[in-house]
Amino acid sequence: MPVPSQVSKRRGKRLVSRRALPYLLSLPALLVCIGILVPFVTAIYYSLQRYRLSQPWAREMNWGDNYVRFMSDSKFWNTLVVSLEYAFLTVGFELILGLGIALLLQKRTKLNNAVSIMLLMPLMTAPALAALMWKLMTNPGFGILNYFLTLIGIDDFRWGASPSSALFTVVLVDIWVYTPFIMILLLAGLRSLPTQPFEAAALDGVPRMQQFFRITLPMLTPYILTAALFRLLESIQQFDIIYAMTQGGPGDTLTVFQVEAYLNYFQSTNVGRSSALLLILWAITFFISNIFIKNWLRLRERARGEG
Amino acid sequence: MYEKEKGLARDFLEGKLTRRQLIKRFTALGLSASSAGIILNMQASQALAADFDWKQHTGKTVKLLLNKHPYADAMIANLDNFKALTGMNVEYDIFPEDVYFDKVTAALSSGSSEYDVFMTGAYMTWTYGPAGWVEDLNKWIQDPAKTNPNYNWDDMLEGVRASCAWSGKPGEDVGTGDAKQWCIPWGYEQNNLAYNADMFKAAGLAVPTNIDELIDVAAALTKDDIYGIGVRGSRSWATIHPGFLSGYANFGEKDLTVTDGKLSAAMNTDVSKEYHAKWVKMIQDSGAKDWSTHTWYQVGTDLGAGKSAMIYDADILGYFMNGGDNKMAGKLAYAPFAANPDAAAPTPNIWIWSLGMSTFSKDKDAAWNFMQWASGPEHGLFGATQMDFVNPVRKSVWADEMFRERLNTSYPGYVEMHDVSAPGAKIHFTPQPLFFDLTTEWAASMQKMVAGEVPVDEGLDQLAESVNDQLEEAGLG
Repeated sequence: MPVPSQVSKRRGKRLVSRRALPYLLSLPALLVCIGILVPFVTAIYYSLQRYRLSQPWAREMNWGDNYVRFMSDSKFWNTLVVSLEYAFLTVGFELILGLGIALLLQKRTKLNNAVSIMLLMPLMTAPALAALMWKLMTNPGFGILNYFLTLIGIDDFRWGASPSSALFTVVLVDIWVYTPFIMILLLAGLRSLPTQPFEAAALDGVPRMQQFFRITLPMLTPYILTAALFRLLESIQQFDIIYAMTQGGPGDTLTVFQVEAYLNYFQSTNVGRSSALLLILWAITFFISNIFIKNWLRLRERARGEG
Repeated sequence: MYEKEKGLARDFLEGKLTRRQLIKRFTALGLSASSAGIILNMQASQALAADFDWKQHTGKTVKLLLNKHPYADAMIANLDNFKALTGMNVEYDIFPEDVYFDKVTAALSSGSSEYDVFMTGAYMTWTYGPAGWVEDLNKWIQDPAKTNPNYNWDDMLEGVRASCAWSGKPGEDVGTGDAKQWCIPWGYEQNNLAYNADMFKAAGLAVPTNIDELIDVAAALTKDDIYGIGVRGSRSWATIHPGFLSGYANFGEKDLTVTDGKLSAAMNTDVSKEYHAKWVKMIQDSGAKDWSTHTWYQVGTDLGAGKSAMIYDADILGYFMNGGDNKMAGKLAYAPFAANPDAAAPTPNIWIWSLGMSTFSKDKDAAWNFMQWASGPEHGLFGATQMDFVNPVRKSVWADEMFRERLNTSYPGYVEMHDVSAPGAKIHFTPQPLFFDLTTEWAASMQKMVAGEVPVDEGLDQLAESVNDQLEEAGLG
């Protein structure tokens, strides 16, 4: 039989491990949070400084002067406009195309299943590689796309090399890479919709177009919002495609947030300005995701009949 | 190795034989030029050991950060000799140029001691030096206990050597004042014309000798699938520094002016505007259709593939495109180029691949042992004669008759071009910490002008205003 002192020791150990258990269980999450929060707080700190690595003697707190300067900096406003244009254009087109393709593939057949898998191929291509591939295809000298354009009488189309077509070109590449992402999400949504409302509508003789706008689209909206949110957050942070194809040019045509922040850090070693740019980008993404999530919750409540 | 061959190599190193005589005798012994070079290099390494204790860091390892480049290839090909000479080990990581400088910035800014020595450009040291990431190499160069007496620092081309030194005082010219030697020149590029001799002959055109002729000749050579002139155009500082700035400096124009230690923009003078207008017209009339995405790579490969008739860019692009399996190999020729008709000689701005020493290296003396070998006259000659280590930075290598003969045979006109433009070759930019910001913006402005988004006059005035704002914000203007 154990002596009383041994029993109390065991109880003590059990008590300690029971108390420590919640902390131990949450430790991985805590470590991840620290891994995110430390750079975030550091970025805030740097963004409030005049801090260039090439001028260490001039480093000082400027308490938001980087942000104030943005207000009167036409380059910053250009960056904001271009970033938003890029994000909304890409997501808009990808939603329309993704939904269209998903509707075409909605019926579960062997062919549709095979095609939907094949259409995922661009998504498996690294965006930087896709950009290089498109850069070759759009080369005004030997690009295959220019060859096709000459067949229909369009000569000298300069794609990413011209300010008038550079945005169109990178948006096109983004659409090629990411439309399958939207398509697969919406296809999953379409195939999971209940069949009863559609059967009832068919019995009542509701036209297909009306079925789509009155039944399919409202029921699919949570999926559309989810897909749009994911893509918008990624799109507004786009770097690979734009940098690989044009380095942000010609001129300042495509100097989106990430390109500007990258150049400010790695080329100009202007840590303060680069951090401030990224924090503004964070604020924009936070604002956009909040809107989306609020709407998504509202829709869910409505679907449950709570709205 | 056979004693006879070793004796011949020894006689050469002792000055009893000229290089030509040596090669003749090696040939008589049935040795190929490359085998002879290797034997000579091995003997040279042994001769090096006679005057200096190369073994003082035996057993130590130096780690290098390298850009994928023929200069790095030449060094790697000769590395066994260094290891035999010093008893040291060398490790290296090698990256393509697209990502190379990001890797350097990340390694240095994080204070990593992983790399002891790295390849750099002189412009980069205008950031690395003041940031405290690289060592001033004067303290090793001037220390006889640490530097081989035959290193012969004065053998380095003066303009090139000075271009790697800067006091850190914004606006003070390279190599002047209390200049710190932030890096050691390794190989360098001048900017001149390389042209397709067959295309010129077929068109009955002479090589242009100033900017106006260049515009006319480039236009005359432009056809459906061939464009007249290749120059860089991407939204990068690298668009400004080669041909463009070489011609700009030839008119006596500056990027910035320095008054009482304050910097201000100088790119909107009347002469500058006239030069810019000509440059822009040349690209619009005769440049690549996708000029705004052209880096050195496209400029070079288009010349090699026969898509462009000439380039005004780094001379070594013309060198490399005239060999290998390039379509136009053997058809290229070279010419020194002075954009200003009133200028006495060309004034090429230069790019210098150099070696820098990380401040965070744990054994700087061992790192220097490697650096002095890699930038020494023996390796320079090996690289230039056995590999593609052009352009060498040492006068002794340029004076080597076999090297000159090799170039004259395979690359006619190259040596002459180099010799004519070398006296005016140096960095023509004003050294200052915002170099990359301002030149990238300059390139972006040029893209707008070429695209017709803004007139040249207006574009340059806007650029000057923006440059002045940035200089003021950084406390430099």
